[in-house]
Amino acid sequence: MEKQKLVVIGNGMAGARLVEEVLTRGGGDQFDISVFGEEPHGNYNRILLSGVLSGTHDQDDIYINPLEWYERNNVKLYAGIRAIGIDRRGKTVYAAGGHLVPYDKLVIATGSVPFIPPIDGLYDDDGALRDGVFAFRTLDDCVDMIKRAESVNDAVVIGGGLLGLEAARGLLTRGLNVQVVHLAAYLMESQLDSQSGDLLRETLEQMGVTFHLEKLTTEILGEDRVTGVRFKDGTEADCGMVVVSAGIRPNVDMAKISGLNVRRGILVNDDLSCRNDSDIFAIGECAEHRDVTYGLVAPLWEQASILADRLTERNPGARYFGSRVSTKLKVMGVELAVAGVKEPRDDKDEVVTYVEPSRGIYKKLIVRDGHIAGAILLGDGMSAPRLLQAFDRDEALPEIRAEMLFPLAPESVGTDIESLPDTTQVCNCNGVTKGQIVKAVNGGHRSFKAVCDATRAGTGCGSCKPQVQAILEFAADGLVAEDLSANYYVPGIPMSKPELVEAVRSLELKSVSSVFESLADGREDAGSKVGLASLLRTVWGNEYEDERDARFINDRVHANIQRDGTFSVVPRMYGGITTPDELRRIADVAEKYQAGMVKITGGQRIDILGIPKEHLPDVWRELDMPSGHAYTKAFRTCKTCVGTDFCRFGLGDSTTLGIDIEKRFQGMEMPHKVKMAVSGCPRNCAEATVKDVGVVAVEGGRWEIYVGGAAGANVRKGDVLCVVDSPKDVIKYMGRFIQYYRENAKYLERTYGFVERIGVERLREIIMDDSDGVADSLEADIQASVEAYFDPWKEGEKPVHENQFASTVSV
Amino acid sequence: MKTETSVQTYSLGPVERIPPGEGRRISVGHIPVAVFRTRTGEIYATQALCPHRSGPLADGIIGGGELHCPLHTYKFDLQTGAPIGNECKALKTYPIEVGDSGDMVITLKTKDEPSYSFGSEG
Repeated sequence: MEKQKLVVIGNGMAGARLVEEVLTRGGGDQFDISVFGEEPHGNYNRILLSGVLSGTHDQDDIYINPLEWYERNNVKLYAGIRAIGIDRRGKTVYAAGGHLVPYDKLVIATGSVPFIPPIDGLYDDDGALRDGVFAFRTLDDCVDMIKRAESVNDAVVIGGGLLGLEAARGLLTRGLNVQVVHLAAYLMESQLDSQSGDLLRETLEQMGVTFHLEKLTTEILGEDRVTGVRFKDGTEADCGMVVVSAGIRPNVDMAKISGLNVRRGILVNDDLSCRNDSDIFAIGECAEHRDVTYGLVAPLWEQASILADRLTERNPGARYFGSRVSTKLKVMGVELAVAGVKEPRDDKDEVVTYVEPSRGIYKKLIVRDGHIAGAILLGDGMSAPRLLQAFDRDEALPEIRAEMLFPLAPESVGTDIESLPDTTQVCNCNGVTKGQIVKAVNGGHRSFKAVCDATRAGTGCGSCKPQVQAILEFAADGLVAEDLSANYYVPGIPMSKPELVEAVRSLELKSVSSVFESLADGREDAGSKVGLASLLRTVWGNEYEDERDARFINDRVHANIQRDGTFSVVPRMYGGITTPDELRRIADVAEKYQAGMVKITGGQRIDILGIPKEHLPDVWRELDMPSGHAYTKAFRTCKTCVGTDFCRFGLGDSTTLGIDIEKRFQGMEMPHKVKMAVSGCPRNCAEATVKDVGVVAVEGGRWEIYVGGAAGANVRKGDVLCVVDSPKDVIKYMGRFIQYYRENAKYLERTYGFVERIGVERLREIIMDDSDGVADSLEADIQASVEAYFDPWKEGEKPVHENQFASTVSV
Repeated sequence: MKTETSVQTYSLGPVERIPPGEGRRISVGHIPVAVFRTRTGEIYATQALCPHRSGPLADGIIGGGELHCPLHTYKFDLQTGAPIGNECKALKTYPIEVGDSGDMVITLKTKDEPSYSFGSEG
């Protein structure tokens, strides 16, 4: 098939990002790609220009993709060449220097241009900004400013928004006296409210910046050289250079003269195509989508990835619905996070604030219907990630709002990431240090998944993921790549779990290989097989077409692989209760097959370790006990205490209930392992409150059901789902919860994460009140799974393949 | 033990000995080799043990040209043995093909030695 021609106008954050995203999706085989960049460089991180100005970053450090990158990827870069217009009928781009470049698909990503307010004496005779006056937008601007700063003592920055303050910081660190002129009554008025704006000003004043608020600059003073500025009220400020950073405007001139529909930005549809030309697309700061133009990096990346999905037909139906805008930044070194609205809409909005002026800390939450409608966090970087995540995902807030405004002690990411030495070990499973993570980020791994894949950090137990994320954010300095795959159910199929379930149902995909065939162009992905198998089994039950290669080794041989390649065998003992006869058989087997160790497990079972694969069928036969499923993502065990039969404190018959629970749910596949326990009284000897599902008998013949407990890599006390009157109801509501978890959790999401994500109040509505009308189907589905139980150890007698249990096949 | 290097081919029996999409450890003389058969019918052979912590690679998962070790999910290129996303040594790979008779035929040099050995089997 002949390649299509993809032309991108604009080589800034949006344009280059789109090219990257297209290439990642294999678009290099579909398209000949050309890029026009007005600046004569490769693509650099504009956010870091302030770092270059203040000297913390070298000019070379801020390139995302240097010129060689374009060559290596066969992307034709017209560097330093401005596109002038588009002949839409002839589908050709006209550019300076007489370049005519035809396209099949055209993407406009021209970003924005500085807004220069009308001020006398701003321009020289040629109409360019006069010597000593600078806009702060490009790398070349930045280099010119640094040069000028060497020969002057005083600078005036016009504009007290983010960019202006960054310019002020840069010049301050270069030893200049800096005065910031701002038209509004307080700083950064589009992000902050007046109280936080004032607090920020006080903090910055202590650093040595002078502010002129509510002042309109009318004239640049000085004949040959700039000597100062004059304000509308007649007062003046002396300086040797002026930086104008009074905001930005979408750069749409070229689009306008080419006849595209333009209002503030280029008008685009949900597919990001232009209103009046479906082969032309616009993304980034120059695009206007549903009345909004975005000036932050996250929405622009979302747009780039959606457009890349469409162009490469990886997901031809992908649509952009707008972004919830939140951002985390540093203003002159002061941490700031903002999200959503900054003032309440009406009396119904709840406003929560915390102010600590001496430390420059200001926190404000605007809560609407229990969710975050807006937030400002000034001077506190620690609480920001969780709060922004709650905002981005529109999560329900905890009833105690303070939990969201302050870092929780045990879960806090720890000390200030920046001050950690590079040698600090962050991932304690794989021994990955902060320095290795930073190096990976600087090497271009800018999304969470990319960092984890490159360093293996976070790929063990996963409990260090918040720290890894924090280091990524610190090292990427505002340039964290939105993880496209973070919402995928498995990495190899670009779909969320609900999308995938729907596709699997409607296309009747019953085997893992058929999913790759239909949804991934036949591309198998080793890292996706096991997750897909789990999902298909839940969707199709008995109709699932089992393919053994999609199983992890543990599930191929029904035992847990050990570090030396041998296996461990844990027979089922319902409720943790055994008999002398079973113990004798266990002892005999352990002796006969020379078990390396016999151990009581944390789940009250007996583990026979060190059994070679080929002996597994014999061991099972001689044990004559069913599989304990200690090797798989399934219901594991139900621990019990001794209950009423023997214990003098017992209130409920925990052993009988534990056995009943275990007989009912044994072998049931889950998104992750599920551990249970039943305690016969609130002394809770079975530790039921830290199980995925736990039951505690209380006085009056009642039973509490806890869900979402954990005591492993994470420790969490479970939430009380309900208190019921009979063991029968325990099993009923437990069953509903388990089935709801099976159907709605992500693969490898433990119940503690799931319960927090959904919220226990919501779970109560669904499970206890049947608010969604799913209770009957949950009960029917779990009943079907109960009935589908079989003991996998029976395969010892009847292997599915002659070599299933062979450690080594001989020649 | 020979001192010079000689090249020898061995028949490993019918390809059906390995279920589609899986791997098996096969001893060729005293050299253990992990042999894989993809769902599309290609076969590959690598050293038997992972260079990271000696995981039994034949028990790994394959797909999309990758091999994932069962112990710690270290990833390797099935064809070249090159590590993916880790700094392990590359796996040794062996030329292998399905001969006219339908048997797998592997080519070993006598200097190919097992990298390490464990477990109760030979």
